[in-house]
Amino acid sequence: MSSQKESTVRTLVVALLVCLVCSVFVAGAAVALRPTQVENALLDKQRNILAIAGLGDASMSGAQVKALFDERIVARLVDLESGRFSDAYDAETFDPAAAAKDPALSRNLSGAEDIASINRRENYSVAYIVEGEDQQMETLILPVRGYGLWSTLHGFLALRADLNTVQGFGFYQHAETPGLGGEVDNPNWRGQWPGKQIFNEDGRPVIRILKGSVEPGNPNAQHQVDGLAGATLTVNGVNRLLEYWLGENGFGPFIDNLRAGEA
Amino acid sequence: MSQPTIRQVLLDPIFNNNPIGLQILGICSALAVTSNLNTALVMSIALTLVCGFSSMFISLIRSQIPSAIRMIVQVVIIASLVIVVDQVLKAYAYALSKQLSVFVGLIITNCIVMGRAEGFAMQNPPVLSFFDGIGNGLGYSAMLIGLGIVRELFGAGTLMGYEIIPSVNNGGWYQPNGMLLLPPSAFFLIGLFIWAIRSWKTEQVEKADFKMAPQVSNKEAY
Repeated sequence: MSSQKESTVRTLVVALLVCLVCSVFVAGAAVALRPTQVENALLDKQRNILAIAGLGDASMSGAQVKALFDERIVARLVDLESGRFSDAYDAETFDPAAAAKDPALSRNLSGAEDIASINRRENYSVAYIVEGEDQQMETLILPVRGYGLWSTLHGFLALRADLNTVQGFGFYQHAETPGLGGEVDNPNWRGQWPGKQIFNEDGRPVIRILKGSVEPGNPNAQHQVDGLAGATLTVNGVNRLLEYWLGENGFGPFIDNLRAGEA
Repeated sequence: MSQPTIRQVLLDPIFNNNPIGLQILGICSALAVTSNLNTALVMSIALTLVCGFSSMFISLIRSQIPSAIRMIVQVVIIASLVIVVDQVLKAYAYALSKQLSVFVGLIITNCIVMGRAEGFAMQNPPVLSFFDGIGNGLGYSAMLIGLGIVRELFGAGTLMGYEIIPSVNNGGWYQPNGMLLLPPSAFFLIGLFIWAIRSWKTEQVEKADFKMAPQVSNKEAY
């Protein structure tokens, strides 16, 4: 009996059967749960966009989030190279994260350009626009990302109609140390951003997170945000990613074109 | 040796034979996921379920598994369960799964799950093995929840994200101890917990492997 159990054929049969049963089990779970997962990921993103645009609140149900998003927010594809709106792809389904990995849809950044440490930049990105009653732009929401201390921080920056004043700024995905770098999610810290000015008189992005607190009397206080104690490297990363995405290799040309009414 | 009862295999691992405290297994994930209570709780539930069900399935087919490939079969079963747990988390607790997915994947290599599969489930019937897995999961959970409470409360002043001690960042008076949020602090805390358990249950103290010789005096050294 025991020698039969240990035979080569028997070993192969058992291995095969175990693999077969397990793979059916895993594949079944993955396929059955797929629709719920896709919906969850989309909902999570929409909830974050709404929160950063200052619409609705965190206690909204999934259906409310979806309804509010569909009602108020329009997704538009942006060609980062020319800095104009584009219709090359459908903005609703275009995935900038996938595009950034596709050599045909992205480009390599040289060391000097790549201040946010993102390696590759997609050629097209998706901007979200909150429209008012006459279809004028109320808020422009731009996706941003960059490397902090441990992880790439993914977030959104919302600008008011003057394209200079921050409406909201926050991250929906990162893996910084909870309590230190993770304090970028602290509502009090996020609450400092609305009302800050991004650009100086020359049109250069000058918004910075300081080390320490902002002095109220400082003439540059409108461009400055309090630092996070114990999170210098994360904060440096956030500063660099803002500089990158608001600069000439990010959304800089697009914002210029928008301001000139030529986007 | 008489067969242990369900009650024994379920409750013993919590204090008498704690997988982290006595067997010193599963330390790595105990460092990684306990910086706040929320992730510690979800990890505890996930590991307890995986440990229970993997022990049960392995025990069900234990007489069929050829010994040459028994470890591989165990890992395949454990890995399948872990993937399913990960998928379920993604579908029903998306926000948590974003934080935890790396660690949930690492349950596969958690020594506790493999240890119970190889050490208990291969010799015992399915129902008993299931409860043994659950019991060890609970022992792991008890340690994780203890660590999570201490680290989050004193490291950030919150529990489950709710503020308990108003911290300086939020305008309160408590200056949080940032070191508690970093993984090494869990080492110190686990050490303190083990000390506490062994002071309470002195039979867990291990015998010294060797005895130190008395100090060689100056005279003998010459």
